Amino acid sequence: MTTTAQALAEAIGQAVTVLPPDVTGALEKARERESGPARTQVEAILENVGLAASDSVPMCQDTGTISFFVKLGVRFPHLAALHEALPQAARAATSGVPLRPNSVHPLSGRNPGDNTGRFIPAVTWEMVDGDEAEIHVLPKGGGSENCCKLAMLPPGVGLAGVKRAVVDHVVSCGGLPCPPTVVGVGIGGGADLAMKLGKMALLRPLGQRHPEPEVAALEAELEELVNASGVGPMGLGGRTTVLAVHAEYAHRHPASLPVGIVIQCWAHRRVVVRIRADGTAATG
Amino acid sequence: MERVLTTPISEDDARRLQAGDVVYLSGTMFTARDEAHKEMLERGAPLDVSGLALFHCGPVAQERDGAWQVVAAGPTTSARMELFEADFLRRFAPRLIVGKGGMGDKTLQALSEVGAVYVHFTGGAGALAARAVRRVADVHWLAELGMPEAVWVLEVERFGPLVVAMDSHGRSLYRDLATVVDANMQGIRERIAGT
Repeated sequence: MTTTAQALAEAIGQAVTVLPPDVTGALEKARERESGPARTQVEAILENVGLAASDSVPMCQDTGTISFFVKLGVRFPHLAALHEALPQAARAATSGVPLRPNSVHPLSGRNPGDNTGRFIPAVTWEMVDGDEAEIHVLPKGGGSENCCKLAMLPPGVGLAGVKRAVVDHVVSCGGLPCPPTVVGVGIGGGADLAMKLGKMALLRPLGQRHPEPEVAALEAELEELVNASGVGPMGLGGRTTVLAVHAEYAHRHPASLPVGIVIQCWAHRRVVVRIRADGTAATG
Repeated sequence: MERVLTTPISEDDARRLQAGDVVYLSGTMFTARDEAHKEMLERGAPLDVSGLALFHCGPVAQERDGAWQVVAAGPTTSARMELFEADFLRRFAPRLIVGKGGMGDKTLQALSEVGAVYVHFTGGAGALAARAVRRVADVHWLAELGMPEAVWVLEVERFGPLVVAMDSHGRSLYRDLATVVDANMQGIRERIAGT
């Protein structure tokens, strides 16, 4: 296996066993806010996170669909090797960690058993300046993915309509996506782009707001509104339904106001790997 | 006080539990997700599950020296099994359903009829769950259904914490909470409209 594939396989392993510190920190804050059954849930989550890290085992049995978001420098010299390394890493991690085989043919129901398949692992390529490749590894579980939604709103509903669509939907999911969740909202673009932006919004560390104040204010307001619902950890009631809401936007067609609502469970597993021009890899 | 239930669980044991109770489980659980529910209803159960705990779970398991070990085993979303659960309860009489996210009115009705409860285990807490698994006693239909959908028979010790979320007296914490959330949402929608 190449250095790149090795680094990526290790990154998948790290992602599914060690929760990023910003997410653990947000859960610890949630524990302090909660009491009763809600607190019991967050405590069980944190105990589980600690066990997974110390025993190097997956924190959740649903080790997800493996997805990579690649910010590819236009002068990155190892593109062919990287392209090959992505499915190799998925296979190596499946047997090594191990991961649950989560890739199923949608017509025949057959599972190749190695977390690869047509378009899987899912890869999103984004061209950026520079000579490095920055690869975000995001294994995402099925329970929260089933709660994602696209709302094609009439533009006349305005920003209030966007807020309502997001809050109504996240609250209507109750305990299904394993709250406290992280919600990525993609506003504008088209149907596909809105969903993609919602997912890309998850890549930003918790606590880091969108750089534009208007978007940052929307994120904070949505968090407060959803948390006022009382759904709480695991949908058993409480103050923390979301750990964070992140928003991204793209310009839209005058007749369309797409809103992509992407929900991620508390096990917001993500790792960043940088492959430099000299072929070396750095994780974290 | 923490209460430990041991399988086989009797109908009386199950009927004594009230929504909101926190319990732990020792004894035998078997996993069944969508496919296993469907298969058992069509072909019959591969083991006698009466009095046992049904676990909505597709574990990560690993075979070492010919023996299976569970690496991670948290609950899956129970709502998907609403299609099958009432029939399943009436036919096979497990006394405890372990899952996450809750189930619907048909299941709630069947829990009352047969004397069983639905308990919530923290979603995603796969490592915590695996630590309580002492042994994989058996696995059925692994080749046909694959690892997540197969029927895993697990011996567990002090598995939990489990919150009784739907009891055999018609009470569901999810339904209770829905009333509170609906009331909160009225105020939230008014606030949004005013922005």
